[in-house]
Amino acid sequence: MKKVLMGDHAVSHAAMLSRVQVISAYPITPQTYVVEELAEACRDGRLKAKFVMVESEHSAMACIIGACAAGSRAFTATSSHGLALMHEMLHWASGARLPVVMANCNRALGPPWNILCDHSDSMSQRDTGWIQFYVESNQEALDTVIQAYRIAEKVLLPVMVNLDGFFLTHTAEVVDVPDQDQVDAYLPPFSLPYKLDVEDPHSFGAICLDDNFMALKHDMQAAMDLARDAALEADEAFAEIFGRKYGLLEPYRMDHADTVLVTNGTITGTAREVVDDLRRRGVSVGLLKVRMLRPFPFAPVRSLLGDRERIAVIDRSVSYGLAGGLACEIRSALYGHDHGRPRVFGYIAGLGGKDVVPSDIEEIVNRTLTYEQPPRDDIWIGAGT
Amino acid sequence: MIEIRFHGRGGQGAVVASKILAEALFREGNFVQSFPAFGAERRGAPVAAFTRANTYPIRIRTHIYAPDHVVVLDASLLDTTDVTAGLKPGGWVVINTDRSPENIPAMRGFKVATVDAGAVALKHGLGVPTAPIVNTAILGAFAKATGKVGLEALRKAILDQVPYNARANAQACVDAYQCTIIIADRI
Repeated sequence: MKKVLMGDHAVSHAAMLSRVQVISAYPITPQTYVVEELAEACRDGRLKAKFVMVESEHSAMACIIGACAAGSRAFTATSSHGLALMHEMLHWASGARLPVVMANCNRALGPPWNILCDHSDSMSQRDTGWIQFYVESNQEALDTVIQAYRIAEKVLLPVMVNLDGFFLTHTAEVVDVPDQDQVDAYLPPFSLPYKLDVEDPHSFGAICLDDNFMALKHDMQAAMDLARDAALEADEAFAEIFGRKYGLLEPYRMDHADTVLVTNGTITGTAREVVDDLRRRGVSVGLLKVRMLRPFPFAPVRSLLGDRERIAVIDRSVSYGLAGGLACEIRSALYGHDHGRPRVFGYIAGLGGKDVVPSDIEEIVNRTLTYEQPPRDDIWIGAGT
Repeated sequence: MIEIRFHGRGGQGAVVASKILAEALFREGNFVQSFPAFGAERRGAPVAAFTRANTYPIRIRTHIYAPDHVVVLDASLLDTTDVTAGLKPGGWVVINTDRSPENIPAMRGFKVATVDAGAVALKHGLGVPTAPIVNTAILGAFAKATGKVGLEALRKAILDQVPYNARANAQACVDAYQCTIIIADRI
């Protein structure tokens, strides 16, 4: 059924449709409407789940780790400083191979105090062993949370679904909310192979020194490798039931494009408009949306970008002293393989909620076409420099 | 594509107005977006909210810089805020005010409509005299002035979206539609 929903509520609808059994959250800033709706649904009986209110995001993650370890489908949502506070527990969830799902509303980390859209929060957590998606619309946010449980429970790794703060979270738009029976057909009840069970006791979280630690970490990396196929399978199966499909990456008007923009999150939608406009004016430019950041889809990135002349990557965060994180991933995918070697131009834009408008993206394309070589590894747009 | 900007003060319901308008336009078969001016809100401080509608999916994700029409929920903002900033030539400015038309500042190049949405709201028991809730009433005036949304779609959107006093809000919208004053419909 089509409804006009904010991104936050698209996510809470998805959690309800996924029949989550335990939700834990810290309810104050930087929390969003996601868990407010879920708390109301638990209270009024729309959702048969336990809502556990805690005193911090660190505890919220600890709580859903415990719930999942006991065999419950568990969910939380956070944002910016809340995600930063969870950092230690993120490692615990992935290391314990617990398939929890979290929505992160991408917002800036202070100081200076900001609260607006920025990818620094989730980009800072790339090495924690979580699968990461970045979505472009409220529909994709809803669909990806449902897909996330199928992927997580297949490979036993946690999934973080990232949606742009305000540009999605506080923006209402038309969302097709699936029927419960269709979601039930897509997402069977959760069953964890080894769980906390007094009838069938096992040791969990035991110390593991130099004898086995590395083998278990290698298993995690192998599970990440499997996650790419699991995500493709989840997407195909989703398309069969719901008629919508997203891929790990989405090429847009890339046929014969010499220059390709690479984006993630909501900048993608605006970039589609710019690409259409530039194509009408005869500029050979296409667009690649990166939906899955972890595991990074190296092989398709290579085959889609390897033979292009120029790549312009737009990052909504920066690794200080290095460059934009997405640009670095693209460079690392393209270096040292058999294809031609495109020149990769990395742009930093839209930090702290700074609007990225069509003329900014057009400027990025124009600069990319004008430069002989990148003047720096990070080229800032809109910083007043 | 049609783009509308709402100006109000924190607590008046500008954000809800932008959502109800989006809901009504959705019911008329459009793709829609509505969102507040992003940031921290304070009661009484100037706020803005936005609605977009189109006959095909809306992909652009930026703020609205050149609206087609503007709705002003609080006439005191006319003295402090450039409500017509970026407004496209010939666009409507729909103002909630108890001032008579001759006391509204000239807005060259734009069409202006007024409604005493505060009085309409109080007549229906919405808010208190110092803080009437005008957001549903002014949407009636928007419908009357611009013709861009139907009164029936608005009424249904209000009944569906407003959690308290939905019927009174819907009636306020209809009443305001009927007592909207068109000051200038020619440029």
